[in-house]
Amino acid sequence: MTHARSEMERRQFLQVSCLAGVGLLVGCSLQAVAAPARGPQPTSGSNAQEIAPNAWIRIGRDDSVTVIVNHSEMGQGIHSGLAMIVAEELEADWEKIRTEHASMDPVYANPKFGVQATGGSTSVNTCWDTLRKAGASTRELLVAAAAATWRVHPRECSAVKGTVVHEPTKRSLRYGQLVDTAAGMPIPKDVRLKKPKDFNMIGKRMGRLDSRAKTLGTAVFGIDVKVDGMLTAAVVHPPTLGGRLKSLDSSKAKSMPGIRHVLSISSGVAVVADRFWQAQKTAAALRIEWDKGPLAGLSSEKISARWKQMAEESGEEIRDDGNVDAAFKNAAKVVEAVYELPYQAHACPEPMNCTAHVREDGCDVWVPTQNQGGVQEIAAALAGLDLDQVRVHTTFLGGGFGRRGDVDFVIEAVEISKEIKKPVKVVWTREQDVRNDHFRPAAYQLVRAAVDAEGALTAFDHSIVCPSYMDAMIDTLAPAVMPRWLPRPLKNVAASVAAPIVKRSRSGKAAAGGASDIPYAIDNFRVRFIKDDPGIPVGAWRSVANSRNAFVVESFVDELAVRSGKDPVQYRCDLLGKSPRHRKVLELAAKKAGWEKRLPGGIHRGVALHDFHHTAVAMVAEVSVDDNGSVRVHRVVCAVDCGTVINPKNVEAQIASGVAFGLTATLKGEITIKDGRAEQSNFDDFPLLTIAEMPVVQVHIVPSTAPPTGIGEVGVPPVAPAVANAVFAATGKRIRKIPITRKDLVG
Amino acid sequence: MIELRVNNTTHRLDLDPETPLLWVLREDLGLLGTKYSCGIGECGACVVHVDGEAVRSCVTPVSEVTGKEITTIEGLDGPIAEALRDAWIEGDVPQCGYCQPGQLMTATELLANNPHPSDSDIDEAMTGVLCRCGTYQGIRQAIHRASGRSSK
Repeated sequence: MTHARSEMERRQFLQVSCLAGVGLLVGCSLQAVAAPARGPQPTSGSNAQEIAPNAWIRIGRDDSVTVIVNHSEMGQGIHSGLAMIVAEELEADWEKIRTEHASMDPVYANPKFGVQATGGSTSVNTCWDTLRKAGASTRELLVAAAAATWRVHPRECSAVKGTVVHEPTKRSLRYGQLVDTAAGMPIPKDVRLKKPKDFNMIGKRMGRLDSRAKTLGTAVFGIDVKVDGMLTAAVVHPPTLGGRLKSLDSSKAKSMPGIRHVLSISSGVAVVADRFWQAQKTAAALRIEWDKGPLAGLSSEKISARWKQMAEESGEEIRDDGNVDAAFKNAAKVVEAVYELPYQAHACPEPMNCTAHVREDGCDVWVPTQNQGGVQEIAAALAGLDLDQVRVHTTFLGGGFGRRGDVDFVIEAVEISKEIKKPVKVVWTREQDVRNDHFRPAAYQLVRAAVDAEGALTAFDHSIVCPSYMDAMIDTLAPAVMPRWLPRPLKNVAASVAAPIVKRSRSGKAAAGGASDIPYAIDNFRVRFIKDDPGIPVGAWRSVANSRNAFVVESFVDELAVRSGKDPVQYRCDLLGKSPRHRKVLELAAKKAGWEKRLPGGIHRGVALHDFHHTAVAMVAEVSVDDNGSVRVHRVVCAVDCGTVINPKNVEAQIASGVAFGLTATLKGEITIKDGRAEQSNFDDFPLLTIAEMPVVQVHIVPSTAPPTGIGEVGVPPVAPAVANAVFAATGKRIRKIPITRKDLVG
Repeated sequence: MIELRVNNTTHRLDLDPETPLLWVLREDLGLLGTKYSCGIGECGACVVHVDGEAVRSCVTPVSEVTGKEITTIEGLDGPIAEALRDAWIEGDVPQCGYCQPGQLMTATELLANNPHPSDSDIDEAMTGVLCRCGTYQGIRQAIHRASGRSSK
């Protein structure tokens, strides 16, 4: 994998701003980059093989069009999706398109995070305008270059599939033939963007650019990185989360074959060897004494019992509409339920890994990461280097799901390389990957509804007890989003001052995501966040808090529908008077599933609706439960409104992927804590959904010309409630805790 | 000294005979298409063929496969493999892609033994190859498509 060289003057576009994303951020004016003041620069020297009219596109003499992508490819199809946006406006030949992951430069920062990072289903919506403008201005540049060559007016020329055609004479020149002329010409400003009706790629079922490499097995993931002179490290972590090294006897280990170094690092002990297997075998035989730390003795039961005590506390009010207390006082009936969700592991197929080479004058990090900005910052801090001295090389990611936004495995590789002064690759075992995950937080949730004499819902009161996944993210990002020119000591001080402020304003909203922003119109509506952090590391897990809160809200709404004697789809529609867009999505899913007709063969339906960052999804799950309490999901019918669809094939793939991810958490695995550690460690005790358990997933897309929203996460939240509601329809048993177990359904 | 025949090439290697085949392929022979994911034979990311049979290389000591024909994703060929590859690419089956070499190795064995598998045959043969991205629908469709083509 090669990397984009950024030799353009982009610093001018850097501006410090305070954005609403995670708080104090250094934002970049991406739009400005699409039309830099100077002309396109050859990428190297005067006889360059390519020109780079902007930070996003390179055109080669060989007609190749390289799209620079600033978002990590972890399966969500973003490299192809962003390339399609550029290719559309550029009128490029799709066969000539290739992608390259961006280098480190502020221009590539995600405006939602303030650094280069992929997450929150933000990639397409944050790049949409920027890449369209970049594509369109490059197209106009090439048209101008052709017109100059032919000495005709540009208006007589048009761009078609990688060529510029002079309409009156039908002469044509390929983009590669225009490179020399275009170099140095001014970049057109205020360019015309295509109208949606003229799109010939966007909205079409295009193929992915990475399918071939991933099918042939040639795609390079982090674990595949090879660097000259590289050694491999195994890391031994403490047996309890939060534990510390007490003493280490490495005398024997150092004489084992292939072992180069044994050293203590901040997270445990590292064994550095020529080969992975040698390192692992030796690591397992090390004699280490650990201080078990503050979490020793902690269990899921203890956490749950504590949260039960806390659930009635007032906590932080995330939303408080109308007068909830009065509505409950006047209620004819009050319905109350407790829902619980466990910690969940990411279980990325590619275990956490990172390769680092720290030198006196620089540092290279090769890593499958969702957080290039965080990686660069922490590597620079640990290596004692300036940011510009740290190069981050992003590989393909064997799954991300939020886990790869953390930098714990990067810290290990940098610490070890700095110490041994050689390039080193840290590779975790699956057991380490599961045990040391930054889990999706567990939660204890209390929901109450007030119902009037006519059975109408008058108030909804939702209390969420859990830790905040956002806090750790803010700690990682805070120094990374500070102005680059700030000396490190000042940067750290500023970060330590800013982080608690940002946490106060963001953590609660994040933990209530998918609960406080539901599309239903309820006059008296309250959501409280009662924060409690037992100390188990937590992080972002595909759809973050929404995966929990949607289960609670949509299951409870279903309870209310059943109690009111109304059909669950109709009950929801009645609450969607102010959200016609959501109502349309819900009705589409119901219609396509044939909601009105009963299913034969003991199959029952459940429905759920959710909105995640302005993408609306409804799902109807068709489920049967056998006499042993085994749940089988046969089909999931989905309807989606995600604004403009770049590639419907990819929307379908992402929703199906969300269903599989959500079903694993609904039917298969959970992380339980015992004596301060996860009890599970591999796929034998944290099982994933198999092909035999995969339902048919049908996706129906609501046509839209609104700007694109996001699609990578929204498929997860509605799965659990849709299935749980179908299980209720099948058995009369209300599921208030997932994963669903046979015990819940038998007896 | 261990003699290993991989993708029609013989290698002589000096290594611990207990080393799992996976790591010999990846680190000694530079064949990086075979993936490490669980290390206990639970997920199938590391499947290679040994004398034509799908084997989990992460739990196979290299000493057990000396003298046998080992095929990795890099050496996979023949009409079945071609048909599967085409169907995989055409259907854009991979998402993150990490488990896909194991999926293809397993699917190749399936079609070699059963040229026209039903959905339940596919489920049975492929159920031990885990995909966290949930590309299972695409895998089923691609196997059916390849089955139609490779048997013509």
